[in-house]
Amino acid sequence: MKAPHTSRTPVPDGAHPFPHDHLLAIEGMQPWEIGFLLDEAEHWTTHKQRGKQLRGLTQINAFFENSTRTLVSFEIAGKRLRADVVSMAVAASSVKKGETLLDTALTLDAMHPDVIVIRHEAAGAVQLIASKVSCPVLNAGDGRHEHPTQALLDALTIRRRKGRLEGLKIAICGDVLHSRVARSNFHLLSAMGAEVRAVAPPTLMPPAVDRLGVIPFTDMDKGLAGADVVMMLRLQQERMTGAYLPSPREYFHFYGLTEERLAAAASDVLVMHPGPMNRGVEIATSVADDIQRSAITEQVEMGVAVRMACLDVLTRKRRGIAWNGKAWA
Amino acid sequence: MGMTSLHIANARIVDPAQGRDAVGDILIEGRHIVATGQVEAPADAQIIDATGMVASPAFIDAGIFRADAAACLAGGITRVLLMPDQFPPLDDPALVERAMRIGKPHVWVHPFSAATNGLAGEELAEIGLMREAGAAAAATGRSGIASTAVMHRLLSYSRAFDMTIVSHAEDADLVEGASATDGETATRLGLPSAPAIAESIAVARDTRLAEDTGARLHIRCISTAESAAIVARAKERGVRITCGTTPAHLLLNDAEATDYRSFARLSPPLRSETDRLAMVEALKDGTIDVVSSGHDPRTQEEKRLPWTQAAPGMAGLETLLPLTLMALGGDSAYSRLVEVLSSAPARIFGLPGGTLAEGAPADVTLVKPDRAWRIDASALAHPAANTPFDRLPVTGKVSMTIKGGEIVYKA
Repeated sequence: MKAPHTSRTPVPDGAHPFPHDHLLAIEGMQPWEIGFLLDEAEHWTTHKQRGKQLRGLTQINAFFENSTRTLVSFEIAGKRLRADVVSMAVAASSVKKGETLLDTALTLDAMHPDVIVIRHEAAGAVQLIASKVSCPVLNAGDGRHEHPTQALLDALTIRRRKGRLEGLKIAICGDVLHSRVARSNFHLLSAMGAEVRAVAPPTLMPPAVDRLGVIPFTDMDKGLAGADVVMMLRLQQERMTGAYLPSPREYFHFYGLTEERLAAAASDVLVMHPGPMNRGVEIATSVADDIQRSAITEQVEMGVAVRMACLDVLTRKRRGIAWNGKAWA
Repeated sequence: MGMTSLHIANARIVDPAQGRDAVGDILIEGRHIVATGQVEAPADAQIIDATGMVASPAFIDAGIFRADAAACLAGGITRVLLMPDQFPPLDDPALVERAMRIGKPHVWVHPFSAATNGLAGEELAEIGLMREAGAAAAATGRSGIASTAVMHRLLSYSRAFDMTIVSHAEDADLVEGASATDGETATRLGLPSAPAIAESIAVARDTRLAEDTGARLHIRCISTAESAAIVARAKERGVRITCGTTPAHLLLNDAEATDYRSFARLSPPLRSETDRLAMVEALKDGTIDVVSSGHDPRTQEEKRLPWTQAAPGMAGLETLLPLTLMALGGDSAYSRLVEVLSSAPARIFGLPGGTLAEGAPADVTLVKPDRAWRIDASALAHPAANTPFDRLPVTGKVSMTIKGGEIVYKA
């Protein structure tokens, strides 16, 4: 039995719910494709936490950039679906040469994996590898470009708490310039009909961000006014002082999420953070730990469900399961 | 043995240096042009029927990074101005002398000496001695000179020899770590980017320094509307400034980076559509003096990389003519084309050629201006033929290249 569809964007007649070979970016995805992945993820949250979908399949997690949370989340997701999961951490410094990158891709491919999960510090690197391998590739974050499963888990968290995405006012705050999480969320949430705001100091706001369909704010209080969801971004240690910002203290004063500041948002505002948090820099501890409003631990939980769904959907073709126009068979 | 004679018959002769654009003949004896227009050809002259073709002084490519001789000749180019960014950098008279021999006998390489030792932007190189060794100018290399003081002294010192300084105009601090221009595409792709003013700030600085010192400054490649405006105003004031651009900056914008197509990673980076259109205007109105291919071919190993790690640069020698023609909007502007591809670089850098006047070197390019063809990177004459223009249909093809009275390329 499938979970009942909760998506407000059903797959139109004749359309394929997910026609892609890889999951490289949210940009370019149709709303119903996003809705489909969220519905699939919902299945892994409400029904059961385990399945056998990937039994006998090999999943390689190739992380060219350090990660703990995302890597563990993908490992658990694969194992809960009975995949043979192998994780390799490749130090970024040893992969400075692109020849090595493509050679690494060919080496991975020669091991005949059934799905590869990749994180890389250069934007576009995952796409480049995907073009060279013969199995589905899942982007676990490429440079400042995209982090599609993070946006999906954020959307799932919001949808479960708010019942919808459409029409919500969502403020994404902090170091937007360097954030792949922000970019994926901009694309996903705008596609699903939310009002998306980018709140950042001018030095951390990407150029021409309004062209992505989001409303930029450099004044946090204005950006938070009436917001249904506030998504905080992590501020990297090396950007707290120097050319981008004067100090963590000044940043917290103007862009830190505090109780007082949050009062401008909707009364039932949902507070999110992709982690790991810098308490006292971008978010006050009292806000982060407020069980009523904070969905931060729930996001981590949803991460596993979303990654299980993505691994399942992407490997269906290899497992001989196809969309026949009405159902998967 | 008598001198060989070449009789180019019935060509449309375009020679803006002499204000000529008319059908006629060219007579070459030995290494020089002896008559243009109505000619009395000796009976034993080899006749080249150039009906329907344009005959112009051969092209001079001002500011390339690798002198690929075969590709030059296929592109109608017989002289190149080589950037000092070689291995090692051309910062010694002996290296300049050696560089001059690279393309011989058919392509003459006129090196730019390094303006500073090792192109490091810190100590002045022996530009005077290198000028005596044959350097056509002194260039800052792939990047500008970050220190205003060093640039000021360089321009000031260059006056001793009235030597042109060729600069790369990008503010080093602003472009640090960047591989694209600020804008929608860079933001979508998550590319580290720098504002377009990184260029005009450097153009403004170098222009003012040239004005203050009275030196001759040539900016190798401008790419923004603001840079063009600064150059145009400086020219009005009488500053001794000239500038160039490349076909890529005339025909492509920053959206080429979509899908991380690293072949479109160039230096300076491709700009917004507004800036691109301003470049075309500046080319037509004379603000831009020179179009250069900026030929800087890259190997697969340097290009098949994620965008931020790929090397900037493209192959350009063989596509210089048709792409410049496209930017100018067809062959009605042929005279302007020959101006920017031949006469102006010869004039600015004091080279022989650039004209078909009697007594000039017999460096002639014959072009079929209406010949349609398709750029095919795999068919280009050099091993690292990466171009963002692959598969583009173009018009105008080099039919014959003559260097010093000798037919050195025939399509």
